[in-house]
Amino acid sequence: MKSSVTSATNLPKINRRRRLVKWETVIDHSVLILGSALMLFPVLLTIMTSSYDKLAFAKNGLQFGWSDKFIENYNKALFEPSGFSGTIDGMTMLSNSLILGLGFAVGKIVISMMAAYAIVYFRFRFATFSFWIIFTTLLLPLEVRILPSYEVIQSFGLTNTYTGLIVPLIASATGTFFFRQFFRSVPEELVEAARIDGAGPVKFFIDILVPLSKTMIAAMFIIMFVFGWNQYLWPTLITTEEGMFTLVRGIKNIIQSFTDSNAIPEYGVGMALTIITMLPPVLIVVFFQSWFVKGLTESDK
Amino acid sequence: MAHVSLKALEKIYPNGYHAVHGTDLEIQDGEFIVLVGPSGCGKSTLLRMIAGLEDITSGDLEIGDRWVNDLDPADRDIAMVFQNYALYPHMTVYNNMAYGLRNRKISKEDIDAAVRGAADMLNLNDYLDRRPSQLSGGQRQRVAMGRAIVREPALFLFDEPLSNLDAKLRNQMRIEIRNLQKKLGTTSVYVTHDQVEAMTMADRIVVLNAGQIEQIGTPAEIYHQPASVFVASFMGAPPMNMLEATLNGAGAIEVAGLGAIGALNSTPYSGPVKVGIRPEKVKLSNRQEGDNQPFIHEFTEELGAARLVHGRLGDMPFVVNLHQEDMIPEGALFASLPVETLHVFEADTGKRVAV
Repeated sequence: MKSSVTSATNLPKINRRRRLVKWETVIDHSVLILGSALMLFPVLLTIMTSSYDKLAFAKNGLQFGWSDKFIENYNKALFEPSGFSGTIDGMTMLSNSLILGLGFAVGKIVISMMAAYAIVYFRFRFATFSFWIIFTTLLLPLEVRILPSYEVIQSFGLTNTYTGLIVPLIASATGTFFFRQFFRSVPEELVEAARIDGAGPVKFFIDILVPLSKTMIAAMFIIMFVFGWNQYLWPTLITTEEGMFTLVRGIKNIIQSFTDSNAIPEYGVGMALTIITMLPPVLIVVFFQSWFVKGLTESDK
Repeated sequence: MAHVSLKALEKIYPNGYHAVHGTDLEIQDGEFIVLVGPSGCGKSTLLRMIAGLEDITSGDLEIGDRWVNDLDPADRDIAMVFQNYALYPHMTVYNNMAYGLRNRKISKEDIDAAVRGAADMLNLNDYLDRRPSQLSGGQRQRVAMGRAIVREPALFLFDEPLSNLDAKLRNQMRIEIRNLQKKLGTTSVYVTHDQVEAMTMADRIVVLNAGQIEQIGTPAEIYHQPASVFVASFMGAPPMNMLEATLNGAGAIEVAGLGAIGALNSTPYSGPVKVGIRPEKVKLSNRQEGDNQPFIHEFTEELGAARLVHGRLGDMPFVVNLHQEDMIPEGALFASLPVETLHVFEADTGKRVAV
């Protein structure tokens, strides 16, 4: 009884204090809203400009408003063959980008999981040493080794192939590192229980380690897919046939090819293609977001 | 169902650490053996050597009549229950139990029958579709047991399976495990550092210290006839009181700083000894009589069924365990140490002196 009385008399006070606190939340939120507006504004401008025809952009630059060319521009961007040879449309580039992104992500995950598995579970000589060797390749990103990489791919005749596009980028020190840390946190007893249950190395990997790592795999997949999708330098080097172009490299190509012929570049279509390029990574992050957070913060044990 | 024999088993780690010294042990068919000792005594290593999770440096290990030194754990016909249960977190209870059988290419029907049989025995029927994370500690422990049972192995190995449970559950699971083992009649080796588990569960206890067997015996033998100072002070709570003393050739015991406390019937041994007496064998009175010794009372621990009277005998710490009905006498206290309840050990080797 006594406590309920005191809490009742305290109530208005607490409420008043709460109202004061609310000012802070207002400030917090305005900062956040301002920040996201700032981040979203260029995207918004791009979307809006993509509804104008090329002349509007050539005359007045980016547009803040809405025009009637939206569907036409997107239609063109996706389905109208363009480019120097006139053989490539947006859909081809989209599928090329998807193949690159998926191949890149899946390949990286498979390779780095297997590498981490070997390093953590098989006590071969120099295991730690080889891990650090792998780790130091972080110091050698593609940009540093681009000439030798190109030489190798070119001498194998792999230019303008998906293999040439994906394989040189697949080895991943980051992936190996993350999976190594994760595998090391898997209790030793689980391995032993599996050994007693008659699971060999391959069975243990497939039946136990892979299912345990699924949130981790999802997180890696998102990072790697977006990373692969956004590759620009390597596809530019390795693909010379327009049929192999990815979206990221195709945007520039659309604008450039028209510039060369002294016409006004198809800015509206270019903007539309930019938006199309952004969509798949955004969708993947949106759909896998909860997995992503889970994979990086908690382990399923 | 099988007997197990360890012959001169040795374990030396690559870094030179000698974890297990030549260990001989014959385990009878259906026997429940408890390996007990302080942490680092090599008991877990020994168990893991039997399981095949650690290599055997030298010696022979036989399970049934098979020499299994070089066999993989999966081929040794054993099942193991781990301290942290080691359940597969992504599998249901059913699959956790079935996994080992599936790997052995047993037919679906047989697996189903085995798993349901084990679940019946362990009261896990309602939980077969759950994940380990949705179970309580005791239930997880049961699943771990179930995983061992379904295989119908020749030998169960337990590696401190109860130490992650709270005290109440531990008592309950202790009884459950023991009953289950009796029902199945499977030979078992159980590692623990908890002497209560050792005493209550074992057919025979193996006391290990620093990689060596100190004593093998039934719980009663271990308690009443400890073979060494180590066993005497390790088994029993509160531990046995130990007094520095000398034994002269005639069997008279002279405690340092106290004087004679009695004489043994006959023993050829003479020299420095350690004399032990269980706290519950000591009698307290407020009259000096016979060979009893002045006892300096310091404090008392009330346990309900008993009370522990802590104090000193001469300058040595000494504990007396009084039954709840026995009051602490008034006035100056004297402790009498009945000669027939004394344990005498050689001071330098720690070995029991035959009386």
